Amino acid sequence: MTINIYRHCLMGVLRREFSRFWQQRNRFATAVIRPVLWLFVFATGFGVTAENNTAESLDAVASYKAYLVPGLCGMVILFNSMQCALSMAYDRELGSMRALLVSPLPRPFLLSAKLFAICTVSMMQVFVFLAIATLAGTGPSWLGYLASMPTMIMTGFMLGAAGLLIATWIKQLENFAGVMNFVIFPVFFLSSALYPLAPMRDASPWLYWACQINPFTHAVEAIRRSFSLQWDPLTFGITAGTAVFLAVLATTSFRPQRTRILPGPGT
Amino acid sequence: MQLDVESLSHRYGPTQALTRIHLRVKPGQFHALLGRNGAGKTTLFGLLTRLLHIQSGDIRFDGISLTHHAAEVMKKLGVVFQQNALDLDLSVDQNLHYHAALHGLSRGVARARIDSELARFDLSSHQHRLVRTLNAGHRRRIELARALIHKPSFLLLDEPTAGLDAESRHLLVRHVHELCSEQAITVLWATHLFDEIHPDDNVFILDNGQLLKEGPARTLIPAYKEQVLGLIPKHGGTTV
Repeated sequence: MTINIYRHCLMGVLRREFSRFWQQRNRFATAVIRPVLWLFVFATGFGVTAENNTAESLDAVASYKAYLVPGLCGMVILFNSMQCALSMAYDRELGSMRALLVSPLPRPFLLSAKLFAICTVSMMQVFVFLAIATLAGTGPSWLGYLASMPTMIMTGFMLGAAGLLIATWIKQLENFAGVMNFVIFPVFFLSSALYPLAPMRDASPWLYWACQINPFTHAVEAIRRSFSLQWDPLTFGITAGTAVFLAVLATTSFRPQRTRILPGPGT
Repeated sequence: MQLDVESLSHRYGPTQALTRIHLRVKPGQFHALLGRNGAGKTTLFGLLTRLLHIQSGDIRFDGISLTHHAAEVMKKLGVVFQQNALDLDLSVDQNLHYHAALHGLSRGVARARIDSELARFDLSSHQHRLVRTLNAGHRRRIELARALIHKPSFLLLDEPTAGLDAESRHLLVRHVHELCSEQAITVLWATHLFDEIHPDDNVFILDNGQLLKEGPARTLIPAYKEQVLGLIPKHGGTTV
């Protein structure tokens, strides 16, 4: 098969993901409104409750908002990845995934194309959120945008691959709601997205170490540093390494017969 | 394109779904796979389309092993599943373009083939409608159009008339028989409705996961429909 066949397939999968995304515009609104609420409601409330309404506390709110933005970028990517995983589980239950699986192209390639599409949609959402944050004066500089691109894309691949892995391993859609709760909330709250880890070390060592072993923490830290035009090989390396590991696992371990792609025995 | 199935068996845990199936589907002919619900038809289709892993036995298309040369085989297969395989939230056009892309066709080639298939099935006016808004008969025709876009030489249809009214069933059966005779596409059509089969078609009778008999419909159906398959009239068709 020529490279063009793969290219046409990749573009087709990408176009389909965009078309679906366009059909579900409320999903896009939700994806943007969620972090905006966190940024303008939670961050303000959290900052003000910490201090009296003094000039210092207002500064603290502003700096907490700036602190929160990288974590919220991670949140946008995390939610979109899990949303795409859910949509893939629906595709499987409703039958449209069978069209993908009878393609002559190798399944690892098809799933990688799907992953690429998920990541691209995540990037669209995250940069719309960043534009809003910048307009509100809490986003990164233009250079920060550019510098964060590689980290952001790598985070998209890491979380997209995690979603793909969950969607390909889960047997029934009913189980998926549980997985969402057991994945999204622990991954987000057991990270440095909302609070810095250093003060936590003494207050709650187990929480500190739980956050440390969470790759999402390192993705958020890598994004945070890239906003300040800093390069941290450790956090970026952990994010990239996890992305590659999960992507290989997700694209090579998929077995249709393990899922309910066909009716059960006796058919 | 010829299909050879050799000693094919399949289990779902303790349940034996297929037992040592041997069959040969000759090129350019219409073949019906007849069997009651639960006879093993969908399992056989799952194995033929790689949705199920071959546990024992072999499947070869024109002598090429499906296990070892899946890509080469799959690009020549057109598949219509028993259940809907269209994306309900996309338009007819978007669904067909997606399928074309999954077979590596460029946008230009896909456009021409989509237009031609939609015209063949009298669906051109529905091109931009969401699949969700179409009735079951139209959806099945779109599934058939989709299965033909990459110009397959072998068409696998698993109970494609399920849920259709009598007129839509008749239309679909006629379309596929025409495809078979005019374009020499080999067809394997799984059904439990014997009135979908023409007297000249070749029939495989599957029962309890075993291949019971093979032969021309005009001799096999009268001999077996009551003895083995039962005869229960069902809305829109007669069940074997």
